[in-house]
Amino acid sequence: MALFPGPFDPLLRLQEALDAFRTSSWLDTGPSAAGSYPLCNVFRNGDDYVIITEVPGVKKADLGVQVKGRTVRLSGTKAVDYAEKTSVHRRERLAGQFDRAITLPFEINPEGVKAECRDGILALFLPRAEADKPRSIAVT
Amino acid sequence: MEPSQDLALRQKQEVATKEERTVPGRYYAPVTDIYETDNGLMIVMEMPGVTKERVTVDLQGDVLRIEGQIDFSQYKDMEPVYTEYNIGHFVRTFSLPGKIDREKIAAQLEDGVLTLTLLKVLEAQPRRISIS
Repeated sequence: MALFPGPFDPLLRLQEALDAFRTSSWLDTGPSAAGSYPLCNVFRNGDDYVIITEVPGVKKADLGVQVKGRTVRLSGTKAVDYAEKTSVHRRERLAGQFDRAITLPFEINPEGVKAECRDGILALFLPRAEADKPRSIAVT
Repeated sequence: MEPSQDLALRQKQEVATKEERTVPGRYYAPVTDIYETDNGLMIVMEMPGVTKERVTVDLQGDVLRIEGQIDFSQYKDMEPVYTEYNIGHFVRTFSLPGKIDREKIAAQLEDGVLTLTLLKVLEAQPRRISIS
């Protein structure tokens, strides 16, 4: 047992779980352009799926989300603007355009897709299409 | 900067500290820009997922320590199926030059980007001397 159980245990478990799926072949069915900006994590929440990406500094107005069939397209522009007459001491933030398509291994209900962007995190809530959900068959 | 080119990908940098931590969990170094204006220094850090209430900015002597905590309770009930990045708190420390006014450090958080404004002490600000 942990001597100091507490708020860090769930974090550690989450980090380990995220690492475990780093080599997942879950998206192998489609051209997912793995490893281009922005990096995506996909979570399952019951029947529905959630794509979460980190897009710090990208304004909501500069983000585009499109859904067609099984494919979700994420595009946008990230700008890093500074006032004139500044001297830069350190530059690590990158600016530019991005466009990424993710093909999921299930049908999406396009009417139910929700996108939320808060604190630099974009979350796409993708409900699985009714026709695609597993049905339980009563055994007689 | 011209935003016309494609945005390059950068993996998160895990923080390597001299001392080891007593609590588990990974920390990442937020991507940071530092630039100087006429009357101050701006530190701009990317901390996606950190809310205003979870940022701490500490000044101890000359060392400015910025920490951002992630609220990972929203990942409860979510089962990862495919991942490309890991999640962790953010921490980074900077040593300040003597010409910064310790009393006037302001911080602002917007879209996951923390902007710290550090004003120079008056003696260090540029002045134009008028000729009489």
